[in-house]
Amino acid sequence: MSPLNEDQAKEYWRRNLSLMVKLMVIWFVVSYGFGIILFDVLNQIQIGGYKLGFWFAQQGSIYVFVGLIFYYAKKMSALDREFGVEEDE
Amino acid sequence: MELQTLTYIVVGLTFSLYIGIAIWARAGTTKDFYVAGGGIHPVQNGMATAADWMSAASFISMAGLIALSYGGYGGSVFLMGWTGGYVILAMLLAPYLRKYGKFTVPEFIGDRFYSKSARAVAVVCLIICSVTYVIGQMKGVGVAFSRFLEVDYDTGLYVGMTIVFFYAVLGGMKGITYTQIAQYCVLILAYTIPAIFISLQLTGNPIPQLGLGSTLVGTDVYLLDKLDMVVTDLGFKEYTTNVRLSGINMFAYTMSLMIGTAGLPHVIIRFFTVPKVKDARSSAGWALVFIAILYTTAPAVAGMARLNLMQTIEPEPGNYLAYEERPEWFKNWEKTGLLQFEDKNGDGLIQYSADTATNEMVKIDNDIMVLANPEIAKLPNWVIALVAAGGLAAALSTAAGLLLAISSAISHDLLKGMIAPDISEKAELNASRIAMAVAIAGAGYLGLNPPGFAAGTVALAFGLAASSIFPALMMGIFSKGITKEGAIAGMVAGISVTLFYVFQHKGIMFIPGTAFLGDTPANWFMGIEPNAFGVVGAVVNFAVAFAVSKVTAAPPEHVQEMVEHIRIPVGSGEATGH
Repeated sequence: MSPLNEDQAKEYWRRNLSLMVKLMVIWFVVSYGFGIILFDVLNQIQIGGYKLGFWFAQQGSIYVFVGLIFYYAKKMSALDREFGVEEDE
Repeated sequence: MELQTLTYIVVGLTFSLYIGIAIWARAGTTKDFYVAGGGIHPVQNGMATAADWMSAASFISMAGLIALSYGGYGGSVFLMGWTGGYVILAMLLAPYLRKYGKFTVPEFIGDRFYSKSARAVAVVCLIICSVTYVIGQMKGVGVAFSRFLEVDYDTGLYVGMTIVFFYAVLGGMKGITYTQIAQYCVLILAYTIPAIFISLQLTGNPIPQLGLGSTLVGTDVYLLDKLDMVVTDLGFKEYTTNVRLSGINMFAYTMSLMIGTAGLPHVIIRFFTVPKVKDARSSAGWALVFIAILYTTAPAVAGMARLNLMQTIEPEPGNYLAYEERPEWFKNWEKTGLLQFEDKNGDGLIQYSADTATNEMVKIDNDIMVLANPEIAKLPNWVIALVAAGGLAAALSTAAGLLLAISSAISHDLLKGMIAPDISEKAELNASRIAMAVAIAGAGYLGLNPPGFAAGTVALAFGLAASSIFPALMMGIFSKGITKEGAIAGMVAGISVTLFYVFQHKGIMFIPGTAFLGDTPANWFMGIEPNAFGVVGAVVNFAVAFAVSKVTAAPPEHVQEMVEHIRIPVGSGEATGH
C-alpha cells in the first residue's frame, strides 16, 4: 500500500514533474540550443581560443549535464523527505 | 625497452588484474550472476557504469571520428549525445525501474504491459540493439589487437573474439562490477595521461580541456585557429565550424544517441544494483562524472591529434614528408591494412588533401587515431603501451556487459520466463553461457565487414534502442493509459522503421552489397543519415502506441496501481528482490 493518500500522491508527482520539466528545459537549451541552433550566433563570442558555440557543443553542455543530475537528486531527496516517502537509512 | 614487449607486459598485467578479481568474486548463484547481490555503493556503481558504458566506441573510436570524418565540430553529436542521455536516464527512468526492482528490462515491460508477447518483443529488440553494439566493439577490439600483435585486421578480430568469450563467460555481474572498477581506472589513466603529455607539448597547459583553448607554445596563435588554418589550406572544411551534413541531421543524431543511452539494457540494468531509489538518481550523476572526464578530454585529443597528424605529413606548407622517411608508427599501421598510402604522382612524397583525385593518404581508418596518437606525438613507449591496455579494457568491459544483457534476455526472459519456467538454476546459467558464445560468434562474423567505424556502428545500436525500448519504458512509467496492444505495436513499428531505414542504406544485416539504396545524402529522408534515424523511429513508436491505446481496452486495475507504486520511492525492497 502506498503511504500517501490520493491527493498527496498526485501532489508529489506533480512537484516531481515540474522540477523535471524545468531541468529538461536547461538540458535542451545548453545542448540543442547553444550547441546546435544558436551555434553561429554564439560563435561571435570568443573566450580564449574557444568560440562559445563550439565550447558549448564540446565542453560546456557536458558540465551542465553533470550539475543537473546532482541538483535533481538533491531536490528529489528533499521532496521524498517532505512527503515522508524516503527509504530508511 | 622495445614497444611490443612493453605492450605485452602492460596488457598482461592489467588482464591478470581483471581476471584475478573476477575469480576472487566469482559468481555463485543466479541472482549474483545477474545483479551482483545488490547493495553496491552509488559511487562504485557509477564508476562501474562508466566502464560498462565507455566502450571501444568512446575510447578507441570517438576522438578519431571527431578529428577526421566528422571533421571537428560535427563530432559534437557524440560528445553531447553520449553524455546528455544520462540526464534523461536519471530523471525519467533509473529511479522508477530501481523501485520496480526486477532483474531485466523485458521483465518490466512484460509486467507493465501485462503481456508475455510484450516481453518477447522487448527481448527481440534488446537482442537486435545489443548485437549491433557488440559488432562495434568487435571492430574496436580487432583494431587494437591487429596493431598490438602487428597482424592484419581480420586476425586481430579472431584473437579478440576468443578473449572476449573467455572473459565474459568466466565471471557474472559480481565479478564484472569489481573488475569494471579496475577497468575504469586503467582506461581513464590510459586516456588522460597521453592527452596531458600532448597538451603540454603543444600548449604548455597540462589540462587538455584548457589546452584546446590555449595558444601554441612559443606563439600567440590559438591552437584551434592554427588547426582551422592547416585544414582549410588542404581543402578540408574549417574544423571548429564544420557542421555534420545539416543542423537537422546533427539535432537528430544527438537526440538519437541521448534517448538511445536511456534505452540500452546493459546500462539500465546497472541501476538495479544500487541499494535505494535515491542511490539510482545519484548513481547516474556519478556515472556521468566519470564519463565526463573522458568526454571532455576527447575533443582535445581529437583536435591535437588532427593537428599533429597534419603537421607530421606536411611540416611546412608545400614541404611534404617523404614516404621513405615515414615514421615507425606509419609502417606499423600499414601492416594492419588500416592505413594506406598510394603515390599517385610518383614523387615519393606524401600529399594529404581533401581532393580525392590527388590525396595520397588513400586510407586512414578513423579508429586508429587514438591508438596512434601517442606514437605520432613521439611519447614514451610506456604511454603507448598503456593506451593499448586502456583500449582493450574499454572494449572488453562493454562487450562483457552487453553479452550479459543478451544472455540474461535469452536465458532469463525467454527460457525461464516463457518457454521453460521449471528450468533449474544450473541449466539457466548454462543456457546463458551458450547464448553468449553464439552472440560473440555472430557479432564477430559481422565485425569482419562492419557497417562503419566503431563509434558509427555503435551509434546505429543506439538508434535501435532509441526507437524501441526507450519509448516503451518511458510510456510505461509516465502514462497509465498505454495498453499492451499499444506498447507492442509501438515497439514493433519503431524498430521496424529504423531497421528498414538502416538496412536500406547499409545493407541487410549489414552484409555488404545488399543495400538497395545508396548510402548518400541524396537518398536520405530529410537529410538524416541512418546513424541518426533512431529519433524518427522513436516518434513513430510514441505515435503508434498512443493511437492504438486509444482504441483498445484500458489497462487492468492492478497495472495502474503498479504505475502508482513505482512513482514513490519508499518500499523498494532489496536490490535483487523479487
